[in-house]
Amino acid sequence: MSTEITTDVVVIGAGPCGLFAAFELGLLDLKCHFIDILDRPGGQCAELYPEKPIYDIPGFPVVTGQHLTDNLMAQIAPFAPEFHFNRMVNSIEKQADGSFRLATDADEIFHAKVVVIAAGGGSFQPKRPPVEGIEAFENQSVFYSVRKMDDFRGQDVVIVGGGDSALDWTLNLQPIARSLTLVHRRAVFKAAPASVNKMQALVGEGKINFLTGQIAKLDGADGQINHVHLITDAGDLSVPATRLLPFFGLTMKLGPVADWGLELNDNTIVVDTEKFQTSVPGIFAIGDINSYPGKLKLILSGFHEAALMAQAAKAITSPGERVVFQYTTSSTKLQKKLGVA
Amino acid sequence: MKILVTDQAGDEHELEGLDGWRTMEVIRDWGLNIKAECGGACSCATCHVYVEDGWFDKLPPPSDDEEDLLYSTLDKKPNSRLSCQILLSEDLDGMRVTLAPSSAKE
Ligand SMILES: Cc1cc2nc3c(=O)[nH]c(=O)nc-3n(C[C@H](O)[C@H](O)[C@H](O)COP(=O)(O)OP(=O)(O)OC[C@H]3O[C@@H](n4cnc5c(N)ncnc54)[C@H](O)[C@@H]3O)c2cc1C
Ligand code: FES
Repeated sequence: MSTEITTDVVVIGAGPCGLFAAFELGLLDLKCHFIDILDRPGGQCAELYPEKPIYDIPGFPVVTGQHLTDNLMAQIAPFAPEFHFNRMVNSIEKQADGSFRLATDADEIFHAKVVVIAAGGGSFQPKRPPVEGIEAFENQSVFYSVRKMDDFRGQDVVIVGGGDSALDWTLNLQPIARSLTLVHRRAVFKAAPASVNKMQALVGEGKINFLTGQIAKLDGADGQINHVHLITDAGDLSVPATRLLPFFGLTMKLGPVADWGLELNDNTIVVDTEKFQTSVPGIFAIGDINSYPGKLKLILSGFHEAALMAQAAKAITSPGERVVFQYTTSSTKLQKKLGVA
Repeated sequence: MKILVTDQAGDEHELEGLDGWRTMEVIRDWGLNIKAECGGACSCATCHVYVEDGWFDKLPPPSDDEEDLLYSTLDKKPNSRLSCQILLSEDLDGMRVTLAPSSAKE
């Protein structure tokens, strides 16, 4: 049975612009639920350049992608937005009463008065490794993420990759798998040193099999693999495998956004510059995903768009209510909401 | 200085190269079909190009990170490089590259 959640606003995408929207909406007493395909907040800042310095955020001469994300999370904490990670929004439908029904690929239904699309450059999706015929095994014995640990219990697991995801899942699945083989092109890893040390210790104890090489071919039938063929420095090898987890990084795809019936312009959503509303009233688009004359794809622009969008969203959720413009420096009402007065 | 870039459709474009710029930046800013999703952070492989013989050997060798990424593409060839890792300089004047299919935008 699917889970049903009712809220004021669903924000699709927990990148910097979506996160700041929760602040502006929170000041107007609107409750947000976030949905993101990634497993953590930050969008491009967290996924593509967490350690890189950004120099054009007002008031921060320099801030890294991860630090900006952490600060945004702290800034919106008083409004307690709820996060639903590792799921993709597949559809949005307008209901007869003007509200929206959203469905995710994790079998959840969200009901919201307002939808804010902050989908940036699109949804992050795993890269498929260069192995012929791999599609036939996907979601049956080849997975790009672990949703249920139990799917790996008692299995012969092969994990490919040298980053944090590959190492984390090697450590997490080793105790429950029947056998676990980690494969990486070289013996140098991009993952946290602590995980690499733990993995190497397990290799030393004979609990993990580590091989330097690449996957060349998969054997199996009816969606179920039984062997992974590897090209290794020591020659070609065939490893028994009932589960394969390739971690080849992520790529951004526009994805289902294109099918939501909104007016698009070159893979971006057309909005007005007064409210940042799309061609469907009640659905807004802010940040890199939107387009209007003069648009700059900068975090700064998304913050501005979030503030104007929030005013318009409030007019939809509380029709007829007069919204008084207030400053956070001087309004005790706003300060109470922020928990500082 | 000039670089000659063949796009995925097979059309060759002569682009004004800028000393010190990344080849990817020139290709992107001239409006060719290159995704270059990570903006040159060597983490996406969507700026993959094939460098023509004679020019390939002039380039400094790829870093381990670049090699890892190239191995993640479906269309790697012996003369594959990530164009964001090729810094333009006068000695690359006239370099010929071809955009790999996997560099195309959606
Ligand atoms: C290397 C690099 C350097 C940069 N440097 C700067 C800089 O110095 N200054 C600056 O201002 N900008 C910079 N940018 C650009 C900046 O990162 C973007 O403008 C910003 O991230 C846009 O934020 P966003 O919230 O709109 O979207 P994003 O950060 O793209 O986040 C969108 C989120 O939505 C999720 N999503 C999308 N569709 C769905 C769906 N259907 N279901 C579930 N989730 C979905 C995605 O998974 C993602 O997490 C840089 C970008 C890169 C790549
Ligand atoms: S632009 Fe991403 S690797 Fe070159």
